[in-house]
Amino acid sequence: MTIDPTTLAAILAMAVITYLTRIAGIFLVGRLALSGRAKAAFDAIPPAVLVAVIAPTALATGWPETLAALVTAVAATRLPLLATIAVGVASVVLLRMVAG
Amino acid sequence: MNKPFAPSAPVDMARERAAGIRDIMPVMIAAAPIGLLFGALCAGKGLSPAEAGLMSVLVFAGGAQFAALELWTWPVPIATLAFSTLLINARHILMGASLAPKMRGFSLGQKLAGFYVLTDESWALAERRAKDRPLTPAYWFAVAGLLPLSWVGATIAGAVLGSFLGDPARIGADFAFTALFIGLIAGFWNGRVSAAAIGASAAASAATYFAFGPPWHVAAGALTGIAAAYVAAPAGEDAPEAA
Repeated sequence: MTIDPTTLAAILAMAVITYLTRIAGIFLVGRLALSGRAKAAFDAIPPAVLVAVIAPTALATGWPETLAALVTAVAATRLPLLATIAVGVASVVLLRMVAG
Repeated sequence: MNKPFAPSAPVDMARERAAGIRDIMPVMIAAAPIGLLFGALCAGKGLSPAEAGLMSVLVFAGGAQFAALELWTWPVPIATLAFSTLLINARHILMGASLAPKMRGFSLGQKLAGFYVLTDESWALAERRAKDRPLTPAYWFAVAGLLPLSWVGATIAGAVLGSFLGDPARIGADFAFTALFIGLIAGFWNGRVSAAAIGASAAASAATYFAFGPPWHVAAGALTGIAAAYVAAPAGEDAPEAA
């Protein structure tokens, strides 16, 4: 049961920020009517962040990872989340074997 | 389906609670293997089961937790993790602003406590329920409050089991993040605007990673993607939305 102080600080920072995003809406009711381009930009935040996090692994590691990411993207359009992960992991293992 | 509201009639608490449990059960089952994966990847990054469990209890936001783990290095880049968390969870602000006016029977304390467990899933279920009947605290605390049991339990189990697995790259588990994120991104897909955001973010992130290295690729990709969505969205639809 070890807890590193720096890790604890990071977890607490994440927790406080997350809780503030969760309750902010209570106090913004009626004052937050995003529409048009502003709403589109706000809606794009989660996918834009998620892509930015994985882009180095998917695009700048090697061709097996890039190809596996493409296979996974196709799987994601028709399979549930867990099956998509299984397809992604299986394809990267196979492609890395091919690459040697 | 539009039943008339009857605010004076006593609400059947037990039935409200049962409806919440019934609605969240499939989500709890689906969250368990994802939590196991998160715990195992925590172990791979060198986090203890206590630290992994603590993160799931205190943060309780899957997307932000996986992103933090992907960005996790030693020494821990606290500012990077906090910024990434803010960006990924900013959507909660709009979700809360949409749901809060529908929580008429809630005290402020119940809203503040209830939103601690706000997630994409419980939010979607509550919004759906609020379409044809009043949202009750009994329903909300069942539908939103039970999910942490599954997520936190699975995280700790995964972290304990994961420490026996060894190097995650050996079984391709290091790619599980990427595959998971691609699956999550697909859930946000809404056509041309998201395509612009995703393409721009990927290109800017990879280029920044090449040129400057981590952690700048996250902010560069995210901001470029958000700007691309703004440009790609049709202009002129600036009439305020009906509440």
